Amino acid sequence: MDKTFKTLVSSIVPVPIENIDTDQIIPARFLKATTRDGFGENLFRDWRYNEDGSPKQDFVLNNPIYSGEVLVAGKNFGCGSSREHAAWAIGDAGFKVVVSSFFADIFKNNALNNFILPVQVSESFLHKIFAAVEKDPKATVEVNLADQKITISSTGEQEGFDINAYKKTCLLNGYDDIDYLLSLRSDIEKYEASRPFNF
Amino acid sequence: MGKTLFDKIWESHVVTSQPGHPDVVYINTHFIHEVTSPQAFDGLRKRGIPVFRTDKTRATADHNVPTLDQHLPIKEALSRKQVEMLTQNTAEFGVELYGLGHPYQGIVHVIGPELGITLPGMTIVCGDSHTSTHGAFGAIAFGIGTSEVEQVLATQCILQYKPKRMKIDINGQLKPGVVSKDIILYIIAKISASGATGYFVEYAGEAIRSLSMEARMTICNMSIEMGARGGMIAPDDVTFDYIKGREFAPQGADWDKAVAYWKTLYSDADANFDTVLTFDANDIEPQITYGTNPGMGMGVTESIPALESLEDSEKPSFSKSLAYMDLQPGSQLLGKKVDYVFIGSCTNSRIEDLRQVAAFVQGKKKADDVIVWIVPGSKQVEAQAIEEGIDKVFEAAGFQLRQPGCSACLGMNEDKIPAGKYCISTSNRNFEGRQGPNARTFLASPLTAAAAAITGRVADVREML
Ligand code: SF4
Repeated sequence: MDKTFKTLVSSIVPVPIENIDTDQIIPARFLKATTRDGFGENLFRDWRYNEDGSPKQDFVLNNPIYSGEVLVAGKNFGCGSSREHAAWAIGDAGFKVVVSSFFADIFKNNALNNFILPVQVSESFLHKIFAAVEKDPKATVEVNLADQKITISSTGEQEGFDINAYKKTCLLNGYDDIDYLLSLRSDIEKYEASRPFNF
Repeated sequence: MGKTLFDKIWESHVVTSQPGHPDVVYINTHFIHEVTSPQAFDGLRKRGIPVFRTDKTRATADHNVPTLDQHLPIKEALSRKQVEMLTQNTAEFGVELYGLGHPYQGIVHVIGPELGITLPGMTIVCGDSHTSTHGAFGAIAFGIGTSEVEQVLATQCILQYKPKRMKIDINGQLKPGVVSKDIILYIIAKISASGATGYFVEYAGEAIRSLSMEARMTICNMSIEMGARGGMIAPDDVTFDYIKGREFAPQGADWDKAVAYWKTLYSDADANFDTVLTFDANDIEPQITYGTNPGMGMGVTESIPALESLEDSEKPSFSKSLAYMDLQPGSQLLGKKVDYVFIGSCTNSRIEDLRQVAAFVQGKKKADDVIVWIVPGSKQVEAQAIEEGIDKVFEAAGFQLRQPGCSACLGMNEDKIPAGKYCISTSNRNFEGRQGPNARTFLASPLTAAAAAITGRVADVREML
């Protein structure tokens, strides 16, 4: 699979709710799988389906009018547990980018480790995106990682976003952290030899 | 310029630090459990590499395990599969496992400290956000995702940017009926569920110093609920006394050398924190949460905020949360009927918690229409409770003492709170559906939970002492 991150132009799926925690993204009872695949079906499970498994019509993922590879959510997205399953569920559901005005730390890391780009924008820019999609459900954004910019296509409004240089390189080139750490093995062994105790 | 406790430990664990890259941080102890490890072991297999340091890796089965009849095969197929995978993976890769039936089995954050595996000055990680618990010993301990579990298995290192440092001072002394759980619920209610995001927190001050080790663990455990990467408390004689003589603790000359080093682990007087917050223990009353994140909490005699008192932007989430809980803005929780009481989880399932509850309920009986589950944190806690006759106190009160595991904290096993029911819980998360689909959770201390068990309602434990 090609993991390199290219500039993306996509319509968006808006979930304008704040403090979406990882139990909402993927409830604990779905954490029993032993592989990384298939979590997308249960993304936002309890918001998306009734107890009998029928879809809740008013939830955005059940509304065919919305589609795309960019999920846009309210402030403090991904708080709660460290379960990486949340990132797998989002990736498996086809999202490459999550936009919010604030991300919980562990979620941000987990997302990056799975080649999903968290784009943190200002509160006001976030509202502009919600407004654009409210006006036109097919509204698109352009996410340019190389330049670290997100643009609302219909209005041309743009904002920069932060990403650390190391992760940016990894995403642009499709490398992961383990490749890097394995290359440092002799440094790690040297460090171990310098410590008298295991603390 | 002096250094913070965090800086001292962090700096001594940086293997290399290259510009533009996160620090490569060496990990002393890596705990693993059945839920977040299978994909990581799979990753090693795909790369054809071993676990780099098996002696620094310990495994237990806790999240999925039943809390009744643990000697029988696990009924639920997927849970059984995860637990079996852990057994297979640890056997294949040579990692020590305290699985079901082992006398050391229990919730990962309970067994590390009680076995003397968790020590001051360590870096500790686990694929579980409440790894922050171990910070109570003066360790840097934090939760990681499964990709990171794989990194640590492969290299005993993790890539991390140094977080900002926050100090939270709690001055003064707690009043009777108020315990460490109330301190942390109070702080989170004050600063919100994201109030410490990006920070590593050190707890300090008189009220913290006077807490036992187990009470300190409760505080550090919930650091993550205000968004912090982790929480820690500088080690002192309370810490050393707790560790001494435990199964895996250093001994003899090693012990003396270790203590000499541990005594250097504190924040220097002139150390610089990015943020300092100060609270007074006298202001804290028993706490309870009313909403669906741990920041939505209050004193047990207070009222849920009225809608008018909130910013417009906060109102939709707040209303959604109260609708889920079926509670009214501006109302009180005192006297509210509860259906379940859960005393357990890595926050409050240690022997002191059980002793405290037993001392309170001795000679009392639970209310008729309440179901009370007591789930000890580990096999050792369970054995100790039985040895002290605590099991008899619970039995006489009509409480069910079950077998160790995470249980109703996250409802991955059969221990789920039914839809629409209210549970007063000593765990750490009141998220929607956390304790079961549509279950409603009030977080509180073991004492406040015990008071609810007896009265069948949300009660002020101070009036029952
Ligand atoms: S008791 Fe709850 S919070 Fe603690 S490790 Fe288990 S599931 Fe996580």
